[in-house]
Order: sequence, then structure tokens, then C-alpha cells
Amino acid sequence: MSNNVMPNVSVADMPDRSLLMDRSVPGRKAINLPAPDVPLSEMPGDGLLRESDDLQLPEVSQLDVIRYFTLLSRLNFSIDTNFYPLGSCTMKYNPKLNDQIASLGGFANIHPLQDDDSVQGALGVMFELQQWLGEATGLPGVGLAPLAGAQGEYAGLLIARAALNMRGESHRDVALIPDSAHGTNPASAAMAGLSVVTVKTDESGNVDVDDLRAKADENTCVFMLTIPSTLGLFEPNIIEINDIVHDAGGLVYADGANLNALLGLVKLGDLGVDICHSNLHKTFSTPHGGGGPGAGPVMVTEELASYLPEPVVVKNDDGSLQLGRPGNSIGKINGFHGSFSILVRAYTYMQSLGGNGLRAVSENAVINANYVQAQLRDRFDLAVDRICMHETVLSGKRQADRGVPALSIAKRLLDYGIHAPTMYFPLIVPEALMVEPTETESKETLDRFVAVMQAIDDEIDSDPDSVNHAPHTLPNTRLDEATAARRPVLRWQG
Amino acid sequence: MYPDDLKYSSEHEWARVGNGAVVEVGITHYAQDTLGDVVFVELPEIGSRVDQFDKFGEIESVKAVSDLFSPVSGTVTAVNEELEQSPELCNSDPYGDGWIMEVKLDDPSELDELMDSETYQGTLE
Repeated sequence: MSNNVMPNVSVADMPDRSLLMDRSVPGRKAINLPAPDVPLSEMPGDGLLRESDDLQLPEVSQLDVIRYFTLLSRLNFSIDTNFYPLGSCTMKYNPKLNDQIASLGGFANIHPLQDDDSVQGALGVMFELQQWLGEATGLPGVGLAPLAGAQGEYAGLLIARAALNMRGESHRDVALIPDSAHGTNPASAAMAGLSVVTVKTDESGNVDVDDLRAKADENTCVFMLTIPSTLGLFEPNIIEINDIVHDAGGLVYADGANLNALLGLVKLGDLGVDICHSNLHKTFSTPHGGGGPGAGPVMVTEELASYLPEPVVVKNDDGSLQLGRPGNSIGKINGFHGSFSILVRAYTYMQSLGGNGLRAVSENAVINANYVQAQLRDRFDLAVDRICMHETVLSGKRQADRGVPALSIAKRLLDYGIHAPTMYFPLIVPEALMVEPTETESKETLDRFVAVMQAIDDEIDSDPDSVNHAPHTLPNTRLDEATAARRPVLRWQG
Repeated sequence: MYPDDLKYSSEHEWARVGNGAVVEVGITHYAQDTLGDVVFVELPEIGSRVDQFDKFGEIESVKAVSDLFSPVSGTVTAVNEELEQSPELCNSDPYGDGWIMEVKLDDPSELDELMDSETYQGTLE
């Protein structure tokens, strides 16, 4: 397997696929331990020892380990290495200061079972973060416990159900969800025991208000709205929409995945929203990926605050802070306090920028998306021809008609060192390419992206096969996604 | 690509009227082409009820998961179990080996709610 013998071969051309285990040599070790200065103990009897073959550990040197993991890191395509305009995921740069602060001993070395009075500083971070998220969204009841956006949705929906139960309206079991919604919305609604009724989108990309009016009734529990929508558009009828839902006796849930467009500009609570969540790993620059941890705090109106998941941080009359359980709480949705170190990172980000800085985040995110949209509109169809918010949805229909689907355009971008945009989403846009540049990218980066998209568009005429077989320069070239899904190989084959 | 002997729904399913009150149901060429490579079809239970234009299952492609909507109301009398091993039949032969289910009709007049080939093709433009 090993390609170590080949000189001057770059990782991209010829990656060494061997595992650390494959590099094991009997007797090789990373550290020479000093001779023991205490008496040796006997090993336990044979029956208590595992057979040596059960647990194989690689025998490698320090340099082997360093090279192996450095190589893996170089195979990553990440925001720290490449432009990453992945729509709806807000792949902004995460300032390293966030990580430095989170790794301070006072945050990193405390235990969740410590007495509240010994962790007042940590509780102070959580308390202020609650207040700031409440201020940013206009929804003052804040629960930091949810570990991800989808769990924030789930908590929010349980809050809606609990509040309606308390009103004696437990029969309300329908979640109205637009057809442009994030896929997690109907999934969370189903998890919360609600049945989903889809509301249509009209030709301008807005919620079809007549369709909503026809479907909002005595069975409506919540209307779930992503705002700005997954088309990257602000919903101009939001006030009327919220009135329709409230008049029918239901609650309005706002999916805050796209909050990066709204900071300091619009408060969801002012628009009549009852419940929302925020993905801190999108809007507030905490790390994505690696399987987590994420954080998806849930924000509610003052009336609904007593239903928040526990714990919330409350301030006592003497100014001290403690963890508390709201009176009608839906209970715990995970262990302890949520993703505490992620909360510290979000707090650091908000503290670094301040209110005006956060407003500038959203203004620049919106300007950047509109710049890209304006530069590319001659070459690519727009899903909806309107000023967009923080992301623009292009349609590759013209390119597909010339024989190159959106998938291939996305794959070809990888060859140019640009992460693929979100593809084929929202589902209502044919050949969708959803581009979210974020506020942290410079004009030079955006200009390069535009130039690359134009170059690929030219390649579709000059060399369509090359685009349809991209990527050519990455460690893995075009994958057979259909076979991978139909006949997945789920175990390491050696 | 759109056989004349089938009836079509606006949700891109087809119904083939066979002997008596049993119809065969599948997805259209347009649906399979738009979905891309189909990787999973969630089949209904034999004996379960389906209602016209309501969801009866899901179909997953490399691009997305989509709902399947029944073009007719009735009782499911058979499902295409071949699709469990070979979902790609929906792509390669959507009107033949890629059929999804058979339904015993409640009310044959419901078929009048569906489109003929020419009308359906008109909706695709």
C-alpha cells in the first residue's frame, strides 16, 4: 500500500492510504520511559488478560505519528485552507481567539458537577450569553442546553406542545412547514409527535399566504419558518404570516440557521415570532464538523420562558448565579449544561465584536452574497430574481441543458481549490447551487470565485467531459455515489 | 418516454389500468431523470390503504429524499420487492421492472382526475 518510496510526489497526486496500523513495526516506540523507581508488581493471572490479538495497537515512533496525522490534516478541505461557500451552513472563519479563551484553565478544567458557587465565572458567561442571544433575537427566554440546531428545533417544538397543552389544546398536532424548509424541520416535527403539512412557496420565493391561510386551523400547533428562507430571501409578508398563525391559535417557530443575515438588523421577536433557535456554529463562529460538538440554543418569548429545557442560569437577589429549572420546564434534553466550551467561544465572538460589530457581520454577509449574485447573473439563472440576503441560489439549468449538471460544476470547483456550494437544495429549485460567501471573505476572494465560475461555464462549451469527470486533482476523484449508497461497504477492507 | 396507455399525476407518478380494478403504479421518466440515481425506495405494506394524491412512501436518490404520492385510492395488493435490492430499476425501466406497487381501486372514476400522456407532457414544458 505504501507509496513512501516514490520521491517528490505530492499528497494530492499520490496520497499514502496506509493506516497507522499498517506502519507498525514490532518493538518500535514513541517514548522511552525511565526505569521504574518503585517495585514491580506481578501481572494478573492469564484469565484476566486479554489475548494479545484482541487489542492491536500500532508500534510506531513519534515521527510516524506526527507524519500520519499531519498528512490526514492536509487531506482536509477546510475553512482554514480554502474558500468554503456552502449555502445554509455559514462557513465563516472562526477567530482563533475563541479557542484560546475556551482553553483557559478556568473554563477548561472545571467539572459540571462542581457546586455553583465555585464556578460563578463560568455561570456568568452563560448568563450573559443568555441575555445577549435574547437581545439579538428579541426573544428574552433563552435555554443554552440544546447541542445542535436540530435539537434546538426539537426543544422549541416540545415547548410549543407543552404550552398548548397547558392551554388545554393538546389536540393541536400539526406543524405547517414551507416546501423550501430545512430538512431538519419536518424531521424535528415528527420527533416531537407532530404531523407535517406542507405550505407552498409562491413564484417570488415567498410563503404562499393563501395556502397558509387555508391550512392554518384549530389543529395547528406551529408554523415553522426559516428566515431568511433557504432561497436566501427575506419574507416580506412575515407580519401577515405570523398574524394568520396566531389568529388560528398556533405558535410561530423561526429556524435561526440563517440568523447571520439578521444580526442587529431585525429581531425575530419584534416580527411576532414566538420561538427560534440559533446555530452558534453558524452565526457565532464556533467550529463546525468533526461530528460536533455544536450548540443550538433555543429562544422564546417571556410567556414561554417557563417551559425552557433545564438548566438555565438565573441570578439571585444577592447577585450570585445558579443553575435552575424553569417552572414548566420540558426537562433535560441532554446531560449537564449543553456544549459549554462552544458557548464560551460564541460568547468570546460576541464580546470581541460588540453590538455594532455584529450588525456589520450581517451587513457584510448580505453585501457579499449580492455581489456574487450580481457578478454571476449573466451566466447563471437565479432561482428568484430579487435582492438576496446572506446567500444566493443559482440554478444551473442553462448549464444542464448544455450537458453539465450542477453536480459536475460543484465537483469542478474543487479542482480550483474552492469547496462546492450546497447542491440540489432547496429542492424546489432545479439544478440548485446555493452560494453563501459569508462576511469574512475579501473582495479578492469573491472575485476569484466569480472568475472560476465563469471559467467553468466556458469549459462546459470547450471541454464538457473534463467538467463531468471532475475533480481531477484531489486524492479522491469522482466517486460513484449511487453505488456507494446502494451497496455501501461499511467496514474497512484493508 | 410517456406511454399512451398510462394515466399521469401532477406529482409525476403513473397508473396503469390492468384487469379489473387493479392498477400498477410507478414514477415517470421525468421523475427518475430529475431525481437522478435512485438508491432506496420505501415500499408500502401489502394490505395498507392509500389515498389519491396522498403520500404512500419515499424515494431516495443521490440528490434528495422525496415523497411518493399515490395517483389513486385503494388497497395495496402487491409491491415490487425487487426494488429493495435493485432500486436502480426505477431509473432503467420506470414503466416496466421499476413499477412500485399495485392498488385495488376504490373508485375507478378517480382515474378521470389523472392526465393522459399528452396533457402530462404539456405540464413538463
